[in-house]
Amino acid sequence: MTTTMTPEVVVGVRSHLDVEKIRRDFPALHQKVYGKPLVYLDNAATSQKPQAVIDAITRFFTIENSNIHRGVHYLSEQATRAYEEARVKVKEFINAREAREVIFCRSTTEGVNLVAQSFARRLVKPGDEILITAMEHHSNIVPWQILCEQTGAVLRVAPINDAGELLLPEFEKLLNPKTRLVSVAHISNALGTINPVEQIIETAHRRKIPVVIDGAQAAPHLKIDVQQLDCDFYLFSGHKMFGPTGIGVAYGKAHLLEAMPPYQGGGDMILSVTLEKTTYNVIPHKFEAGTPNIAGTIGLGATIDYLAGIGMENIAAYEQELLEYGTEKLSSIPGLRLIGTAKKKASILSFVMDGIHPHDIGTILDREGIAVRTGHHCAQPVMQRFGVPATVRASLAFYNTKEEIDALVAGLLEAGKVFG
Amino acid sequence: MISEISLLYQEVIIDHSKRPRNFRVLEGADRKAEGYNPLCGDRLVLFLKMDGDRIAEIAFQGSGCAISTASASIMTAELKGKTVKEAKEIFEKFHQMVTGTPNGDWEMRLGKLAAFSGVSQFPVRVKCASLCWHTLKAALEEKKETVSTE
Repeated sequence: MTTTMTPEVVVGVRSHLDVEKIRRDFPALHQKVYGKPLVYLDNAATSQKPQAVIDAITRFFTIENSNIHRGVHYLSEQATRAYEEARVKVKEFINAREAREVIFCRSTTEGVNLVAQSFARRLVKPGDEILITAMEHHSNIVPWQILCEQTGAVLRVAPINDAGELLLPEFEKLLNPKTRLVSVAHISNALGTINPVEQIIETAHRRKIPVVIDGAQAAPHLKIDVQQLDCDFYLFSGHKMFGPTGIGVAYGKAHLLEAMPPYQGGGDMILSVTLEKTTYNVIPHKFEAGTPNIAGTIGLGATIDYLAGIGMENIAAYEQELLEYGTEKLSSIPGLRLIGTAKKKASILSFVMDGIHPHDIGTILDREGIAVRTGHHCAQPVMQRFGVPATVRASLAFYNTKEEIDALVAGLLEAGKVFG
Repeated sequence: MISEISLLYQEVIIDHSKRPRNFRVLEGADRKAEGYNPLCGDRLVLFLKMDGDRIAEIAFQGSGCAISTASASIMTAELKGKTVKEAKEIFEKFHQMVTGTPNGDWEMRLGKLAAFSGVSQFPVRVKCASLCWHTLKAALEEKKETVSTE
């Protein structure tokens, strides 16, 4: 087993981000909410969009708008080119071997469902096992439960410790000859834990078990390298990484995608159709039935250009600084308990406060202009694991500042006074 | 200026959220209903003991935010001894108040429940304040399934 640190998280290295300049790229950050400057700390739910992405979408609808892969006319050619260029950008963003390994879908959720239905469903028999962890988002639980209902397979869950870290030895013990698939989050949305996905993948692969990675929370924070990880599938959403909503990516190894039946039937995913027989198109088109989210895809391409200009390593280093600062400041608040204290964490601060329900904290912060998420974060089993009905979650992006964390702390002290 | 936050979290609401009244399992209850708000995880069980058409005793248990806990607490305190018809009328007035429906005379008729008037400025919190009331309605109508305000 390798013991290499994930190289993209370099703790202690000071970053070189010009955050003030970056903030000017995000128009939504410059508004007042209830008369207070917006402090947007709900990035794990969805992130704000840079002007370059908004412009790319506007430009598409203003000038290039046309359907793709079918017209012989100029606009259709332009739109097709822009759409396929975005695929190449995604390929580079995650360092896939080939662009055809990049399937555009709606979201991470749709990606998990695609893998469950097109890949896993043919693989599993009654009594076979799918292994996930106790820190998964509902989107990496429910599609597998549906698959289990359809096939008679069993969903197994690897436990986590009190810090919110996966117990690797327990995980390994759960791998057995009946395990057909492993699906884990790269980063937990509720806890911020960065999972040791390289070890997970290596351990599973030694037993010839394919691995799906839910990268929804990792794509905005880390440099992703699917070849280095050697994962079989990697799924993420555009909107959590400063891109548009309604566009996601399902990466899969080419030989696996080629062997899979289509996920949905329709236009664009076929080569020829007669009323008796249909020949499916090649990958990636086999998995992109119907007119896709063209504007969203082009917007995602613009997002990747924008992020490349900043550098994911720089983003990760700056966010680690923010995380350290936020952890220290929040820990100093009396009665506050952080939920999720893994050694390797992304910039997500989930917490509860004595005597104040997260929902009430959320309302009080909101009136201070501070946007946080309160609730179970679509991870009810995680809440059950930590014995809390809900948490407050402040999730930070590279456009957030230490001053905004100070505003959060002031808001929490205010909430303490209301309930004092 | 009085902030909307202080109008929402009035003293009486903070008090009832910290020390909810009638917070217990009601032995010998003849009506019971469960309320659940899946979005925030608020849960409550409402117990009623009826004397004919009158609510002889009422109690609740559960966990939730300050608004939902205080709402259930004050509701139980206000409804003891009321008839089903009266309880439904109060709910109607209460609902109009928290949703901000213009309704001149609610303050006169709602007593302590008027403390929830600030909720109308917080649309996402209306479901917190009304969870217990929807649960009450289910208990009075003897619906078996869990009530949700989603």
